[in-house]
Amino acid sequence: MSIRERLSGNEAAAIAMKQINPDVVAAFPITPSTEIPQYFSTFVSNGVVDTEFVAVESEHSAMSACVGAEAAGSRAMTATSANGLSYMWEMIYIASSMRLPIVMSLVNRAVSGPINIHNDHSDAMGVRDAGWVMLFSENNQEAYDNLVMAHRIAENEKVLLPLMVCQDGFITSHSIENIELIEDDKVKEFVGKYNPKHYLLNDKEKIAMGPLDLQPYLFEHKRQQAQAMANAKDVILEVSKDFEKMTGRKYGLFEEYKLEDAEIAIVCMNSTAGTTKYVVDELRNKGIKAGLLKIRVFRPFPAKEIAEALSGLKAIAVLDKSDSLNAVGGPLFTDVTSAMYVNKVIVPTVNYIYGIGGRDTKADDIEKVYMDLQKIAETGNVDNPYRYMGLRG
Amino acid sequence: MTSDKINKDTPWQELTEGGNIYSSGNAVEFKTGDWRSVKPIYLSEKCKQCGLCFPVCPDDAIPVNKEQKREDFNYDYCKGCGVCAKVCPFGAIEMKEEGV
Repeated sequence: MSIRERLSGNEAAAIAMKQINPDVVAAFPITPSTEIPQYFSTFVSNGVVDTEFVAVESEHSAMSACVGAEAAGSRAMTATSANGLSYMWEMIYIASSMRLPIVMSLVNRAVSGPINIHNDHSDAMGVRDAGWVMLFSENNQEAYDNLVMAHRIAENEKVLLPLMVCQDGFITSHSIENIELIEDDKVKEFVGKYNPKHYLLNDKEKIAMGPLDLQPYLFEHKRQQAQAMANAKDVILEVSKDFEKMTGRKYGLFEEYKLEDAEIAIVCMNSTAGTTKYVVDELRNKGIKAGLLKIRVFRPFPAKEIAEALSGLKAIAVLDKSDSLNAVGGPLFTDVTSAMYVNKVIVPTVNYIYGIGGRDTKADDIEKVYMDLQKIAETGNVDNPYRYMGLRG
Repeated sequence: MTSDKINKDTPWQELTEGGNIYSSGNAVEFKTGDWRSVKPIYLSEKCKQCGLCFPVCPDDAIPVNKEQKREDFNYDYCKGCGVCAKVCPFGAIEMKEEGV
């Protein structure tokens, strides 16, 4: 029997880490992810886990310690947010290029400046090309479930990439919601023992890792990373299927909420999907055929599947909780629209930048977006595709 | 594929992940002298075999034989730093620009 609990997103992530019982956790506190290593360090002090907890002096060192630990042959985890992730940036690329399946909890927060500690997705979007598998979570349950699935995906021989599980800072990380936890022994069995094929502390095999990789080789190694990322898609689906067998909770590359017969739809990620579902239900009660596509797997980006899921619509709005500041639109918008174009799906599509720096996203705001979509669906005119939601002026 | 069979013609599918090398003692296979801009020339007729040059070589580019005598430079690893030419009391090492 699963365990009914009520936990914040950070507590849920820390408990997933406790159940995973990794060999090494190296982390440095930063709001709003601080509680994850804080709770975890109490598990270490109480002897509930066997983990070596490395209290580093910075995030650069946190990721470096994870790289070293994972290369040595152990399972390493960390957690961070915003500027902490920015400070890890150099080592983020080292982790993925060395093909080390480190797992990170990223509690999304605006990257300064001006300084702000609240939620948006600018931290995650800054590393979207770094070669990490990126899973997004609507609520505490998904943050927990994604972490339980994380190692099986990252450590798969066809993948061998680091993975980050994102959840919204404060909105998810600090809100207490109901959650269904899996029993310790079941998580342990599901995650399994880590048996890396090649690792530094193996006295049976000589190895040098991270060698100089000049003109004749780096291109080919990047191609291998690209392949690993493409392979991750099927592996995520396989692991999610096994997870469903254990828990009954079904996960795909994205969630389609009342999308099948929808005429207008929103595409978004993380906690906004919860608010959007509420609005979809309200609109459905009024006979408006609204739907939602919630992205779970952002990297690898399931372009073909998303294009197909959106192909029957009359108008689409992509909500971006960070701006690319490229004078064109947000990162999710450009990914979704290029996915549609390449797969020959032409539907009028608009972008809304919203929720920047923790700006509250209300059901009314989202309803207005659907109203805009109704007009676009009627006329087919997009006018300005690069819009804002909840911005003054 | 074992890493010692990898070379500049190996397709991406056959490279090891992350460029890992699954053998040891192979730094010698990596020729590091190809970016040298000045080159030391050994003038054996001036050399007294005093033994001052090879200990100062920051690499291993001055081979010494079993009779404890230095031989000509190993240009596979010599980076042309010129330290050997500087310490030679007999002018037996001349530095010349590469490619001139």
